[in-house]
Amino acid sequence: MKSRTIKVDYLARVEGEGKLYVKIKDNTVADVRFSVFEPPRFFEALLRGRRFTEAPDITSRICGICPVAYQMSSSQAMESVCGVTVSGPLRDLRRLIYCGEWIESHALHIYMLHAPDFLGYEDAITMAKDHPDVVTQGLKLKKIGNDLMVLLGGREIHPVNPRVGGFYKVPTKEDILRFVEPLEWALEASLETVRFTSTLPFPEFERDYEFVSLRHPDEYPITEGRVVSNKGIDISTDQFLDTFEEIHVPHSTSLQAKVKERDDYLAGPMARYCNNFDRLPEVAQKAAKEAGLSEVCTNPFKSIIVRSVETVFACHEALRIIKAYKAPDKPYVEVPPKAGVGHGCTEAPRGLLYHRYEIDDAGIIKDARIIPPTSQNQKAMEVDLRQFVQKNLDLTDDKLTWQCEQVIRNYDPCISCSCHFLKLDIKRD
Amino acid sequence: MAAVKKPKLAVWKFASCDGCQLSLLDCEDELLAIAKEITIANFPEASRAIVKGPYDISLVEGSITTPHDAERIHKIRRMSKCLVTIGACATAGGIQALRNFADVNDFVSIVYANPAYIETLNKSTPIADHVFVDFELRGCPINKYQLVEFISATLNGRKPNIGTHSVCMECKMKGNVCVMVSSGIPCLGPVTQMGCGALCPSYNRGCFGCFGPMESPNTKSLAAWFERLQVPSDDIVRMFRGFNAYAEPFRKESEAHEK
Repeated sequence: MKSRTIKVDYLARVEGEGKLYVKIKDNTVADVRFSVFEPPRFFEALLRGRRFTEAPDITSRICGICPVAYQMSSSQAMESVCGVTVSGPLRDLRRLIYCGEWIESHALHIYMLHAPDFLGYEDAITMAKDHPDVVTQGLKLKKIGNDLMVLLGGREIHPVNPRVGGFYKVPTKEDILRFVEPLEWALEASLETVRFTSTLPFPEFERDYEFVSLRHPDEYPITEGRVVSNKGIDISTDQFLDTFEEIHVPHSTSLQAKVKERDDYLAGPMARYCNNFDRLPEVAQKAAKEAGLSEVCTNPFKSIIVRSVETVFACHEALRIIKAYKAPDKPYVEVPPKAGVGHGCTEAPRGLLYHRYEIDDAGIIKDARIIPPTSQNQKAMEVDLRQFVQKNLDLTDDKLTWQCEQVIRNYDPCISCSCHFLKLDIKRD
Repeated sequence: MAAVKKPKLAVWKFASCDGCQLSLLDCEDELLAIAKEITIANFPEASRAIVKGPYDISLVEGSITTPHDAERIHKIRRMSKCLVTIGACATAGGIQALRNFADVNDFVSIVYANPAYIETLNKSTPIADHVFVDFELRGCPINKYQLVEFISATLNGRKPNIGTHSVCMECKMKGNVCVMVSSGIPCLGPVTQMGCGALCPSYNRGCFGCFGPMESPNTKSLAAWFERLQVPSDDIVRMFRGFNAYAEPFRKESEAHEK
């Protein structure tokens, strides 16, 4: 009997702490564990007793890479409890700061974290020695996303300006118009990014995913929509917990989500793209087609191309909003507290982010529930790993280990978030 | 020029959101220049490659919340010439230190179905409670320019030019109108250390203390002003009990207002 163990004790180029363990016995994958050893921080518990207006500031601290997602999902949930809708230019500004986060986060993942895998570098800094123009372009694109967050949020990490009801201060038309030129450059650079990523070498691997994302009647989803899947889910956000459940497994400090009636599912760029191709602007659809993508992409390694297509969308959308912007009279809508339960669902760069709060008449949080994208994807990652290793048993341990890491990095996982998630351990028996 | 051995930089993570270490990757204009002067020897968020210690500079993010981490920080200290804590989690215990004011077992059972799988300490504590810290960079998140200044000063053998005055002073230097005086908005600016560039008051909101208490802050006097603005005592508790809740001056002031 021949046994092999492949393990990675501290997965690199992901946000947070996780490890992988794969055990192979007689040429069959016997065990796959993707564990999160990120220490738990108990956000849902510490939110109890805080004011409902504090949720955007506190929950943004769950994740340094997608703070805006936390601010938007929590604000939306609080506004839904209190029966307030934020519309017009304030809604557009929320979408605009979110576009900034998508551009920053996607550029970071594409150029700094994911591309080095395909080109065989340990990191982007080493890659920069051979491909200086590629890395410089990535950094410049990333910076434009960050600059947009600075404009609307005050700073790129944990912005201070968004609040329940809108913003503390809104930009003038003049402030915002300064972004037209950099964003026009960014749109071209993101089209170049689609061309660049489509030439990378991709392992052959396809899977029949259940893609879960938001869907909106007339927009590519970022800030709102119904929760849908390609396998029949079509629910409003308040039905989220009826449709999905979270399971606490012993090997992880992150809870794993699944579709109650079925099994694992995939959230994030590939899901949004599959469920909403028809909502992409023509420039993004055309770029995808030219890169050889069909309207559905089922090779998770190609998520890097999908992420690039979404960057094209985000730049295009940001330009659209900026050109149409008219500063609102007031930077926020008053949100008087009202006892009740509210739900918030928005699309973080790495996938659907669900919040649920119960507050009392005075606006004090009684209960909080947060389901981040990485805990939703954790089960899909394990299934990907199992199937990928089974198909690639002839690879050497070194090569297999690296590609297993890539299987996880395909998801742009955000482990700090999921800890409520990476180390690789391949064991061959 | 003869090859000079480049100093080695390591980045370590404890309980945190990764935002402070992301600040290094957010130095889009400076990152490649920094990488020319130092060897990024251990930075898992950015690289698979790990160069063995000892390290000249260790940047430590996050707070100590597990028995394993309480051991790990001592190993890191032994490998590091200069250990720098980055951000509110590492310097004060972070927002997760709110557990220090409650029973952690209640917290575990609120979040996890099987509390027995979770190993955690009763308190979230700053790095300096465990090992000697050479320098601290405050903030939730840190200011990336302070990080670049610290690295650059260290490379040049000089003291980093990082202030310890209050956000209130930054506000005056910026020429902001005082949000507390003009609009009656409670603001932690007078007792909070500088570093953000008086961000919140510049956006018409009160400071909520991301950079933690300044040296010798008069929190008692500020709290008395909050009372005059009719801020209820449980809101005063919440204000001091934010991302730097466990930093002593803020902790004591919040406890003084607890019913």
